[in-house]
Amino acid sequence: MALGGLSESVMVTQLDKLANWVRKNSLWPMPFATACCGIELMATGASRHDIARFGAEAMRFSPRQCDLMIVAGRVAMKMLPVLQRIWLQMPEPKWCISMGACASSGGVFDTYAVVQGIDRFIPVDVYVPGCPPRPEQLLQAVIDLQAKIQHTGTITGKEFQEKHLWPHPPKPLAVELPPADKMVAPGDFASATRLQPNGKL
Amino acid sequence: MTHEEIVTALREQFGDGFTTSEFRDNRRVVVPVERVYAVLKFLKERCGFDMLAELGGADYLHYPNAKDRYGVWYVLVNTTTGVRLIVKTFTNDPEPTVPSVFALWKGADWMEREVYDMYGVIFDGHPDLRRILMPEEFTSFPLRKDYPLRGRGERHNFPVITRPES
Repeated sequence: MALGGLSESVMVTQLDKLANWVRKNSLWPMPFATACCGIELMATGASRHDIARFGAEAMRFSPRQCDLMIVAGRVAMKMLPVLQRIWLQMPEPKWCISMGACASSGGVFDTYAVVQGIDRFIPVDVYVPGCPPRPEQLLQAVIDLQAKIQHTGTITGKEFQEKHLWPHPPKPLAVELPPADKMVAPGDFASATRLQPNGKL
Repeated sequence: MTHEEIVTALREQFGDGFTTSEFRDNRRVVVPVERVYAVLKFLKERCGFDMLAELGGADYLHYPNAKDRYGVWYVLVNTTTGVRLIVKTFTNDPEPTVPSVFALWKGADWMEREVYDMYGVIFDGHPDLRRILMPEEFTSFPLRKDYPLRGRGERHNFPVITRPES
């Protein structure tokens, strides 16, 4: 066979798989580190655990240059519009790792001030349990995400054609709730943690 | 000026318009809210309490033997002598209001904003009484005792970004 001598230097594949292979081995993380998980994230990036072994060592603090958002730590309610804006600023294709109990579910911070899981507000691909997770767990999340990337995506990016911009006017980052939903339950309804009829607090 | 001399001076000026209490080495002066600004001004100008070390609030809902709902307390320090004095006052629904001491101590600015943010106590005369910790659109006061620990809350007040929209 004419090509017999080339069998070790030629590989036949699909262009989609080639694109996915390239993407998965060159993840550029956006470290959204807000708490102690961020320390483990730094440890993962440092020499001992070395996330560079999986091609994800190029941490960038500009969302325009990133394709993997690692949300490491609790996200306060006041921080959520920032998180959403950064997510929207990242170019496709992009992925999100929710690192640790707080980012995934609010963790022990079941309070008025902390978001109870970022997946309520932005899409998440991989969740990492732990409080905080060991660097090995984050590396496993990167490996799992690579497996996911290998099975999704196309070289032409045609899956993003379904993506649509929000029709104008732009979607506000804080939506107005109907008054019934603003009432906080349970509680003493005779006093002031509900809106009064005139809209005052 | 010792605590006894301060209380004597206050008695001369305000008569029986206040009460005192003591817990360990904390000396407290409990003043009705109508008179609290005058007392604090007297303490600053005549007794040398030139520093407002702390200003905080409390909600006494369901508290044993409490007569009033909201408390506001001031910890004053005389930086010359090191004497400390705590002034407490109380206020009630529906519009809990306390006079602002921003005119006496500039440091009261953010502390009063924090008490307003957490308890909804209005500081009359404050130049910029806005929320300081919670988002502007937050609709209640989280450190009030009738604020729920769980349940429907303000934390859902954001849009959900899905894959096709992002």
